[in-house]
Amino acid sequence: MRIVIENRIDAPRVIVVLVPIASVAMALVFGGILMSIVGADPIETYAAMAEGAFGSPEQWKVGQYYSITETLVKAIPLMLTGLAVGVAFRMLFWNIGAEGQLVLGGVSASAVALWMGDLIPGIPDSAWVYLPMMAIAGIIAGGIWAVVPALLKAYLKVNEIITTLMLNYVAILWYQYLFNVAWKDPAGYGFPGSAKFGECCKIARISGRLHWGLAVAFISALIMWIILDKTKWGYQIRLIGENVSAARYAGINIGKNIVGVMLLSGGLAGLAGMVEVAGISHSLQEGLNVGYGFTAIIISWLARLNPWGIVLVANMFAAILVGGDQIQMTMGLPGSVAHVLQGAMLFCVLGGEFFQRYRLTVKR
Amino acid sequence: MSPNIDLENGIGLDMRLITKRFPGVLAADQVNFSVRKGEVHGLLGENGAGKTTLMSILCGLYMPDDGEIFLGTERNAVEKVNIGSPREAIQLGIGMVHQHFRLVQSHTVAENCILGLSDKSIIINHTEIANRIAAIGERYQMHIEPDSYVWQLSIGEQQRVEILKMLYRNADVLILDEPTAVLTPQESQALGITLRAMAKEGKAVVFISHKLDEIMEITDRVTVLRNGCNVKTVETAETDKEKLANLMVGRNVVFSVERPSFKARNPVLEVDGVTAQNDKGVDAVSNVTFSVKGGEILGVAGVSGNGQQELAEVITGLRRSTEGTVKVGGINLTNRTPDKFIFNGVGHIPGDRIGVGLAGNLSVSDNLIMKAFRGGVVSRGIFLRNEAVRDYSDRLINDFDVDTPDRNTPVRNLSGGNQQKAILAREIMARTEQGTRDNGLLVAVQPTRGLDVGATEVVRRLLLTQCEQGDAILLISDDLDEILSISTNIAVMFSGKIMGIVDGDKADISEIGIMMAGGDKSAL
Repeated sequence: MRIVIENRIDAPRVIVVLVPIASVAMALVFGGILMSIVGADPIETYAAMAEGAFGSPEQWKVGQYYSITETLVKAIPLMLTGLAVGVAFRMLFWNIGAEGQLVLGGVSASAVALWMGDLIPGIPDSAWVYLPMMAIAGIIAGGIWAVVPALLKAYLKVNEIITTLMLNYVAILWYQYLFNVAWKDPAGYGFPGSAKFGECCKIARISGRLHWGLAVAFISALIMWIILDKTKWGYQIRLIGENVSAARYAGINIGKNIVGVMLLSGGLAGLAGMVEVAGISHSLQEGLNVGYGFTAIIISWLARLNPWGIVLVANMFAAILVGGDQIQMTMGLPGSVAHVLQGAMLFCVLGGEFFQRYRLTVKR
Repeated sequence: MSPNIDLENGIGLDMRLITKRFPGVLAADQVNFSVRKGEVHGLLGENGAGKTTLMSILCGLYMPDDGEIFLGTERNAVEKVNIGSPREAIQLGIGMVHQHFRLVQSHTVAENCILGLSDKSIIINHTEIANRIAAIGERYQMHIEPDSYVWQLSIGEQQRVEILKMLYRNADVLILDEPTAVLTPQESQALGITLRAMAKEGKAVVFISHKLDEIMEITDRVTVLRNGCNVKTVETAETDKEKLANLMVGRNVVFSVERPSFKARNPVLEVDGVTAQNDKGVDAVSNVTFSVKGGEILGVAGVSGNGQQELAEVITGLRRSTEGTVKVGGINLTNRTPDKFIFNGVGHIPGDRIGVGLAGNLSVSDNLIMKAFRGGVVSRGIFLRNEAVRDYSDRLINDFDVDTPDRNTPVRNLSGGNQQKAILAREIMARTEQGTRDNGLLVAVQPTRGLDVGATEVVRRLLLTQCEQGDAILLISDDLDEILSISTNIAVMFSGKIMGIVDGDKADISEIGIMMAGGDKSAL
């Protein structure tokens, strides 16, 4: 008797639905075992995490939605960067540089917020003028940062994993120099960070810290879905991702598509940076490069590069992050439990794919 | 029954009544193959004749469905063996040099030679290994530096390393799969000397080829295979190229269709003095000139790897030419991008169905619109019209009788024949929709490779129908039967050149066979 691994030709629908759910459950069990090892009750801990991420019925009754809004606040940049890397991954272009693209998007949006008024005298102090300009600046900066590796890849065949990864550090170091030194607010009592933006440079809040960047993220997901599923361009991206030789044979210009897709990818990441500075920090300061661009890689992969899947997984990850912060405070557990859970989920879901692709049968 | 046991030299290898079936194909049908110690034995046959299947069985990659294998022992007796894996084959002294080398580029020659050997000591004795390699090299006239890295070596030298590797493992039966395909004439000659030296030492050497010149020059005996069956085993000294060509190709054209009467129209494809390089940067097509008229099928015959693939790529915009011009319908498209060729009515059935012609994971429907997606049939502005895509693919599936569960099935799940029908449907219909049908060109590379008889017939009939409707068709195929049965004219390619163009009706197989092997037409 032996166990034989067989190729599945078509995975049944049950398997397609069940395997990811079982994988996430596996990851939670794994996390629970780890918690037991460090001496915490897993059920109690998960409950605390859930409360941290979503709040409790008592809080909801008195109209307190702080937990949920905090989760959504974290989900906004995760959704945008998830969509950013997702579109590039669809074409098998490994954009590992969303972090740097996000940071530069935030930097250039800040530049607009801080100095556009000085440079263009007489420009109205209106959010309808400033916010679009900041968004465009963020998109352009992120796009340019992404197009450099795209051009290198398209025309010189330079490995994009290396270039996008390394450009992260360049972007992050520039950003740190700017808010620590060059753009430091003289009236900031010596604290690092630029001057606060004017009122017209702030995205309006919905509730708590939750701002209308949430709408930007959902609209971006909608646009990405339309591009990928409904347009000729989306079809070309899919074809390139599945078989680049076939795409070339079909008359598709690969180089042009790499550049186009990376402009879109970097632009979305840059927009995430703009939304962060205009929605949360209201100045260029510490806290932009907290790893959204890297977490986005896991998110988009778990979501199988589907835009709505990315929205869903990004929110789930945001809940884990916020819940993780919560148990740090209430239960004295390290916040990195959240990162362990994220990692475990990635492993389990990738491992689960094996069962979608193959079937185990016992032969005697 | 064991043919031709020569007790004087002893049997090196005897394969008896080997049968191997693949789904839908009988790759080897009761094949007998016997090699004496001390001879170089040629294995001759067209692509798909069963040569590679037979040798893969011998080196443990496939298990035969039926038949027995005997190996010669030291006392000139034979012993039945069971070869279950490549490792067992090596232990039994069977070594194979594949067409694509199995070498680690960043390792030295010596390191490659000992790779995978289960030596008991942990420490590698470099001097001893180097000395042994040098000794083997000297014995068989293959000079190679044991300490040089493989990436530094030329292709010919790398091949010598492969042979050395087998000799280092004490192989007694050596199989070389089309070894000269990658060699220059000088390197081929050196290889011949090495092979003769190995035979002299009592080794049994199997030399797979379809180049008749080399078979005549190097081998002692030749076994010819066709369609998975033995045709004949002959002494090389008692035959000649023409006889071998006839044996290899077979006089009977299995498939015959009515060839369309050729009505002279305007030339659609004009290729003038085209030279192009292969991926390694070597000239693969040199100074090729021909034209194909509307309503004509120009068959390009030749042993694969003589530049046909590269020629097809130049004519469809996938490869740059270094010299010469390509005109389609009078428009100069030399070195333009593939989309320009598509817009000008060039359809392309690529030789590599899965690697180039289709995106296996995408649906049948997505694959069917690969060329038409730009046009108004399935799109409007920047958007694809999903309903139009659905109707269009259903129509193609229906009209071309593509057997698929539905249009959303991943195309990789279709049989080879249905995949090819899908490609043909796409290539033919994309041009119809663009209104460029009248002076269309269809470049068909190995259109029936790997297909069963029924699908083969459908594909050939489709090509003929297109031709009758006025398309120019460039048919590139290794299958001489196919070329002979449907071509209006036949061009024969050898090492990047066109050796001659003959009238399809008056074509003489042996003449074509000689040209395929690089022989001069006038020398006959």
